[in-house]
Amino acid sequence: MEPLSGIKIGGSSVSLAERVLRGDVRATGRLISLIENAPEEAEQELRALHAYTGNAHVVGITGSPGIGKSTLTDRLAKRWRKEGFQVGIIAVDPNSPFSGGALLGDRVRMQDLATDPGVFIRSMGARGRLGGLARATHNAIRVLDAAGKGVIFVETVGVGQSEVDIVRTADTVVVGLVPGMGDDIQTIKAGILEIADVFAINKADRPDANRLVIELQMALGTSGNADTGASARTEGRWIPPIEQTIASTGEGTGALRKAIADHWEHLQRSGELETRRRARYEAELQSVVEDHWRKRFFEYWQQRGHWEQVVEQLLRKEIDPFTAAQQLLSPFLDSEIGG
Amino acid sequence: MAERPIRVLIAKPGLDGHDRGAKVLARALRDAGMEVIYTGLRQTPEQIAATATQEDVHVVGLSCLSGAHLELFPRVVQLLKEQQADDIVVLGGGTIPSEDITALKKQGVAEVFTPGTSTQEVVEFVKRTVQL
Repeated sequence: MEPLSGIKIGGSSVSLAERVLRGDVRATGRLISLIENAPEEAEQELRALHAYTGNAHVVGITGSPGIGKSTLTDRLAKRWRKEGFQVGIIAVDPNSPFSGGALLGDRVRMQDLATDPGVFIRSMGARGRLGGLARATHNAIRVLDAAGKGVIFVETVGVGQSEVDIVRTADTVVVGLVPGMGDDIQTIKAGILEIADVFAINKADRPDANRLVIELQMALGTSGNADTGASARTEGRWIPPIEQTIASTGEGTGALRKAIADHWEHLQRSGELETRRRARYEAELQSVVEDHWRKRFFEYWQQRGHWEQVVEQLLRKEIDPFTAAQQLLSPFLDSEIGG
Repeated sequence: MAERPIRVLIAKPGLDGHDRGAKVLARALRDAGMEVIYTGLRQTPEQIAATATQEDVHVVGLSCLSGAHLELFPRVVQLLKEQQADDIVVLGGGTIPSEDITALKKQGVAEVFTPGTSTQEVVEFVKRTVQL
């Protein structure tokens, strides 16, 4: 098997990044694999793409297993396609903690999209990462963004109660719920109210759909009071709309699309988009610096075989962890800053 | 963590509705540590090739019980080639007569597994062929 980086596909020596920008599907798929398998090697390509990102509307689709996330995504993707947008989809599923393998089956619900050249779908194993997304999801979104996808749907693992990553990744978070799944009490427990920008009550032809809507409205403080919503909107606040859908027939997905598009408009108009993105870049910069630092630091000391010695000294109480840390950090501080 | 799981697409071209074998194999490959993309029944070769490229799989496993394998399998191989993805290994499975197997291999299908093959044999073959 050839190495992942520096592959020449079809004899071309153009970089993966350049080919992604040209809309090359093969290169896009390859680069996402590189991000998953060898993130350091992918950095070179991602550097070249950064300037071309930031245009896509990233829409997170989250909710418990079986609520119809993939079917909803399929319907929404088609609606955006009709408006002339190119669409990216990243569907994350869990890997088995035992074998490391994964069965990624979200595409079963998106069969018609497979041959649409305006749609790129990627199934992704979470690879042990908790929080609903994979480590590689963020940079994979960046690749699809640079490739010209106007809207990118990110479907989370769907464990239901720890989908925190999506808030940090998506511009608009759609939380899907289904009547009669015990979701009514669980929503309040799981803190799902806080992460939703839009609610989709899917399988709304089931009994109790209206009850779920009312319970949600009560929890959001917008129950039966049109004024609350109106006054909030004049203040420029966003009140998460609650849309009823039947994804299997497509019913209600037009209204859902509109709610998502409205939120995007709200983000841009209110300036919140820039605020969120600024915070996101700051967090990203911090984590990239930390990763690089950590790596350099540990490589330095492990090469010298010093690490185990210090641990041994700690065990024998010859040194305390704080002094030890200071000593281990000193060569870096001296050479870089102190001169 | 620099894990590089083998990625496999299990696809069912053709019009038959028998996906039991495909699903059993998908699970066996997963249990062997691979990431398996399963796409459901009645896929066209065009859908399969597009999916393989987007998902950047190492291997495509085609299962067909309708008898149309001589048309469908080589078509997938050809489409992958057109998409500059001919490094993706194509495997076939199903009730396929031995003379057809020879013909399929000539047209770029790497191996054909017939009924009675253990999932373990397929797992071993994939691991040997991909060798990350």
